[in-house]
Amino acid sequence: MAVAKTCKLYIGGAFPRSESGRVRPVHDASGAFLGNVAEASRKDARDAVSAARKAFPGWSGATAYNRGQVLFRIAEVMEGRRDQFRAEVAAAEGVGPAAAASLVDTAIDRVVWFAGWTDKIATALGSVNPVAGPYFSFSVPEPTGVVAVLAPQESALLGLVSVLAPALAAGNTCVVVAAAERPLPAVALSEVLATSDVPPGAVNLLTGHAAEPARWLATHADVNALDPTGAPPQLRAELEAAAAGTIKRVLPVRSPHGAEPDWTAPPGIDRLRACTELKTVWHPIGI
Amino acid sequence: MTFWEYSPAPESAAVANLQARYRMFVDGEFTDGRGEPLKTLNPATGEPLAEVSTAAPSDVDAAVRAARRAHEDVWAPMPGSERAKYLFRIARLVQERARELAVLETLDNGKPIKESRDFDVPAAAAHFFHHAGWADKLGYAGFGPDPRPLGVAAGVIPWNFPLLMLAWKVAPALACGNTVVLKPAETTPLTALVFADICLQAGLPAGVVNILPGAGDVGAGLVAHPGVDKVAFTGSTAVGKQIQRELAGSGKRLTLELGGKAANVVFDDAPLDEAVEGVVNGVFFNQGEVCCAGSRLLVQESVAEALLAKLRARIGTLRVGDPMDKNTDVGAINSAAQLDRITELAAAGEAEGAQRWSSRCPLPEKGFFFAPTVFTDVQQSMRIAREEVFGPVLSVLTFRTPDEAISKANNTPYGLSAGIWTEKGSRAQWAAQRIRAGVVWANTFNRFDPSAAFGGYQESGFGREGGRAGLEAYLDF
Repeated sequence: MAVAKTCKLYIGGAFPRSESGRVRPVHDASGAFLGNVAEASRKDARDAVSAARKAFPGWSGATAYNRGQVLFRIAEVMEGRRDQFRAEVAAAEGVGPAAAASLVDTAIDRVVWFAGWTDKIATALGSVNPVAGPYFSFSVPEPTGVVAVLAPQESALLGLVSVLAPALAAGNTCVVVAAAERPLPAVALSEVLATSDVPPGAVNLLTGHAAEPARWLATHADVNALDPTGAPPQLRAELEAAAAGTIKRVLPVRSPHGAEPDWTAPPGIDRLRACTELKTVWHPIGI
Repeated sequence: MTFWEYSPAPESAAVANLQARYRMFVDGEFTDGRGEPLKTLNPATGEPLAEVSTAAPSDVDAAVRAARRAHEDVWAPMPGSERAKYLFRIARLVQERARELAVLETLDNGKPIKESRDFDVPAAAAHFFHHAGWADKLGYAGFGPDPRPLGVAAGVIPWNFPLLMLAWKVAPALACGNTVVLKPAETTPLTALVFADICLQAGLPAGVVNILPGAGDVGAGLVAHPGVDKVAFTGSTAVGKQIQRELAGSGKRLTLELGGKAANVVFDDAPLDEAVEGVVNGVFFNQGEVCCAGSRLLVQESVAEALLAKLRARIGTLRVGDPMDKNTDVGAINSAAQLDRITELAAAGEAEGAQRWSSRCPLPEKGFFFAPTVFTDVQQSMRIAREEVFGPVLSVLTFRTPDEAISKANNTPYGLSAGIWTEKGSRAQWAAQRIRAGVVWANTFNRFDPSAAFGGYQESGFGREGGRAGLEAYLDF
């Protein structure tokens, strides 16, 4: 008899059950019952946002060198749990062992790639501005703040880290809503994050009916940006409209006909750019 | 009077070459719009300046279609090096007609001639120069080797810097290969229509730039038009929210430059005389009708009294009056409606218990004028500390520790700009890092340059204008 696991939320570095007491059954690709996950409530979403806000000064204020090492540490710990991730991706996505192995390896590579970006974002996106006057003027990218991420619904692990890692690398803190039907790889990832030197609250993970927390997060005044990648086109439009109430940044979803982007393709730096703000600082020059 | 009287030094209104009637500009021609014509007023006298034709929905449609045609047939296929030369020509023509444009801007907007002459028009020309150089170098801008134009860009701009805001929208759009339909503000359409004439003089192909005067309904129709690929809006946060909601799910690209409530933070080691100049420039430049105006002065308690004494003395010397006088420091408020809003917010400041001090400078009897005003004993919860006044009204708050200064500076949903005054470089950098604003001026204020990105955090909008970052809004990559 195996020991069954109770899947919980990941908020502020802890693993609470949903405040609502609700759970949601999860099935594999063939419809067999895998277990229950916590179904996040509005209160859980609010708690996750306040945990992310609390963690923001520390994470955004950490040196880029430090953030890079923490991200690399995530990859290291994922590597150690490779077999678990392979099994969960295979069950969630209904792919064979070889395909699952490849997806997990690519996901780990993705985290390593973004780990290397933390101390290069400013070089790639910032500038010294040759202004017409005796001023030192420079522009630096800074994290946008608390980013609500609606994780891709199909690619349960690779898609998830492809949207989470750039937001984190840029210094944002995140509230991630896992894929509604395929949440188990995300739950496993939260256990990795908890043991990877990621400060409590820098990443918060909600499971459940994805559209519900997405709506609450889109209107939340303390969420600065919304990544609606995991929303179907109609919900995406609704979330964008809701985000207008607080002039939230809504990350562009660049995929044709509402299809999920090809997560195996090289990611590029669009997401790093989209969840940073450019700050221009001026100072007079003189003696 | 504690300062010298100045003799009047009026600029000649004749230079503006003012016409009785102005027409909209679509597909390379001046045409009569089918909308109800509007009268634009001289805010310094309250009297009509000219009649301007406005766009009806059918005109919006015609303009967007002309822009689409010009984009597909001429402007996008043209080599960047050729587009560059058109922008260069436009920059030169703006410079050549600088005096005409400055005088016309002052007549239509009410801003002092010394500001339109020394800031607005030169800065507009500089934007065209800067972007002329980008047109054939887009592959080096960091958006991949072959970024492409988006198509038709709609610009909706405010009345505080009519020609400069036009340049901020038109120059990058054209450099990146887009064509433009621009709606100038209802109260300040004139320099945009002279700009249309400059486009004709430059030989710009028909339809590349289209100008549609009108009120908010024309802007709303333009923004919602299915033929528009990109919307760039500068204006109020309330309208920005409407536009973002309207465009949700449409796939149109959007950038917003909205309101602000900038903190100007004066530390106890600041050079006070310089800080006073910076605070005055920060909040009274353009009558305070500036989205990045330093309207909240945060001063360290130990120097507050000394700074306020210097500040009142300096503000008392500002000359308020005829914008066409070259010695005028503070001109006319742009419209009666805006004057009402400023008056109402100032009254709210008094009603909520702040101490009001207004300069005793004489105000003209006609026109829309508001004396430079300073509120002390301001609490963070008061409307004058939270809402954008968009007028010559300064709210003063104090702080004891640097951390308190940062938390007060950031206590706003806006995040456009901030000022820092201190002699200590490390403290200036420390504060600049912590204030959540798109532009931070340390020991200076209100500096702008086409090579330096400008734009806000939070409810001050998203997207940047100027420099490499500003191109992103007009490129597909």
